[in-house]
Amino acid sequence: MLSISNLHAEIDGKPILKGLTLDVPAGEVHAIMGPNGAGKSTLSYVLTGRQGYEVTEGTATLDGEDLLSLDPSERAARGVFLSFQYPLEIPGVPALTFIRTAMNAQRKARSEAEITAPEFLKLARTTAASLKIDFEMLKRALNVGFSGGEKKRMEIFQMAMLSPRFLILDETDSGLDIDALKIVADGVNAMRSPDRAMLVITHYQRLLDYIKPDRVHVLAGGRIAESGGPELAHELEREGYDKYARAA
Amino acid sequence: MAAVKQTVEHVESLEKYKHGFVTDIEQDFAPKGLSTDIVRFISAKKNEPEWMLEYRLDAYERWLAMDEPEWAKVYFPRIDYQDSYYYAAPKEKTGPASLDEVDPDILATYAKLGIPLREQEVLAGVKGAPRYAVDAVFDSVSVVTTFKKELAEAGVIFCSMSEAIREHPELVKKYLSSVVPVSDNYYACLNAAVFSDGSFVYVPPGVRCPMELSTYFRINAENSGQFERTLIIADKGSYVSYLEGCTAPMRDENQLHAAVVELIILDDAEIKYSTVQNWYPGDPETGKGGIYNFVTKRADCRGDRAKVSWTQVETGSAITWKYPSCILRGESSVGEFYSIAITNGRQQADTGTKMIHLGANTRSRIISKGISAGRSSNTYRGLVSAHPKAKGARNFTQCDSLLIGKTCAAHTVPYVEARNGQCVFEHEATTTKLSEDQLFYAMQRGLSQEEAVQLLVNGFVKDVLQELPMEFAVEAQKLVAISLEGSVG
Repeated sequence: MLSISNLHAEIDGKPILKGLTLDVPAGEVHAIMGPNGAGKSTLSYVLTGRQGYEVTEGTATLDGEDLLSLDPSERAARGVFLSFQYPLEIPGVPALTFIRTAMNAQRKARSEAEITAPEFLKLARTTAASLKIDFEMLKRALNVGFSGGEKKRMEIFQMAMLSPRFLILDETDSGLDIDALKIVADGVNAMRSPDRAMLVITHYQRLLDYIKPDRVHVLAGGRIAESGGPELAHELEREGYDKYARAA
Repeated sequence: MAAVKQTVEHVESLEKYKHGFVTDIEQDFAPKGLSTDIVRFISAKKNEPEWMLEYRLDAYERWLAMDEPEWAKVYFPRIDYQDSYYYAAPKEKTGPASLDEVDPDILATYAKLGIPLREQEVLAGVKGAPRYAVDAVFDSVSVVTTFKKELAEAGVIFCSMSEAIREHPELVKKYLSSVVPVSDNYYACLNAAVFSDGSFVYVPPGVRCPMELSTYFRINAENSGQFERTLIIADKGSYVSYLEGCTAPMRDENQLHAAVVELIILDDAEIKYSTVQNWYPGDPETGKGGIYNFVTKRADCRGDRAKVSWTQVETGSAITWKYPSCILRGESSVGEFYSIAITNGRQQADTGTKMIHLGANTRSRIISKGISAGRSSNTYRGLVSAHPKAKGARNFTQCDSLLIGKTCAAHTVPYVEARNGQCVFEHEATTTKLSEDQLFYAMQRGLSQEEAVQLLVNGFVKDVLQELPMEFAVEAQKLVAISLEGSVG
């Protein structure tokens, strides 16, 4: 599925990623943990093609196709989805309009027919119900005046609607109380499948109690400092990131 | 900042103005320049009665004594009023009696603009779509008015101004210049002297006009000014919705468009007036050419509970100087102003409204959305005032500005005057920049950069778009996209 090799990236000439190598096979969930400033969010932005994040060396491919040469929208059409740490407010654009526009843009890019209004509404209703989102909320401008928890839930809603193949969750647990966290985790777990893969970026181990990873990686100093099974997350929770910070 | 930079570049690479073609037809010109002889020439060309000629000559005398206003935040070289044509008309004997007599080239021009002049085209349109009657003004004269018969059956008069002067002199004498006095301002006064044509509407008491009325203005001739005059009277308890659209060819010289629109609304009547203005904006790089759009629009709610609503989508013109205003004279009368003003390239706009509360319990509402891109400058200028007798007057104003890129400017200049202690005026204003974060967010979901800008901009102007008559809202939405072309595809 996703294959990153010796990735170097910088912002405004400042190197952040320094030779990151990572493979996430289809069907697996990998967690990326690490101290603040290690480059976790940078990794998510580099993979999704945000401007200003300059790749100087290395490759990133999705099912063998080079991602780095594609526009953000082209990557989205190929199934790359990022659940933002800080979702943006879109004034004047109802959530449903936003998602439908995005969905049809992706379909168009894949030379598929647009989704019909009845199909879309049906899908939106069932998806909203499964995430305990009030359907009326979807008629309001996306994220405008939403609480932190509601915004995160909207991210998962968009993810479920767009049905991507490669999912990146950037600090999805931040700002969530325990009930909201469970709902969000249920939504994410419902999307686990043999032909999907996920990258879960988190500072704390808490989220991983609900979204169980197959592999855990420590990102420190711009590269993967250590990899292991789920037990690595617990170890980090106990011992912190000090030793990696020193190593970096 | 890379995405924003790219947007700026896209915006700056604004594609060719879509309506920039010239129609090659035989024209009748008055000699260049302005003098009493030219005023007499125009009046004679139009077979006007003596009283109209006197009106024009009086206006011309007054205009000579006036100075151009300089308070607006727009900059342009002095206009040489002697270097322009004040009358240009498609060559023909008299006014056309029917569509078949209209020069096919002119009809082709309107077809190119997507204006359905032929009734059958309107009828052949989308099933259930409301029909609308069209008055088409080509340079100085009205070339055709459609649906006249059906409107006449309802008692509605919809014709060119020249025709109204000939056929309905009593109405014209009574109402012309009763809202915008002859010497109201420099450009309005010039208009009174040399106005060529425009639309006239009278809706009798209790009549709800059976269809949308619209006028399309087209400047075609070189070096010619367009001075149209529109007069709409909604008699007691009547209703009419009116839309005007404007385009012009691409020219290297600036062309002056100084129109006057007067609306009179009597007791319990309502006028909804919408404008989609897309005059040639000039070259986006050099700023060369483009229309000077110096327009005076004013509505007089003369009756109690009268209502007027101005909705404008202003995307064209090199310079816009325009303040559609409401005089709220009748008790409990209502004035509304909804505006989208987009400037790009080197455009300059100084636009807004005046809400003048004279009567008790009058209400007004202003929603203004300004979008600046390129190296343009966009100013909202508005006045809300309450007379001592306007007890219980209410106003709500919302002025939002959106900036795209780093080289454009937005200004808000609100004037608020309350001359009694019993009115409530609210003013809200915001200025935001189209953010790179929002663009990336939308693009990550699958939208191209152009689609993302379009979605965000449409979200920004939504409150105003929904005030337009349904069938024009879509058109306006497209126009918003076109005027930010390059960034919005």
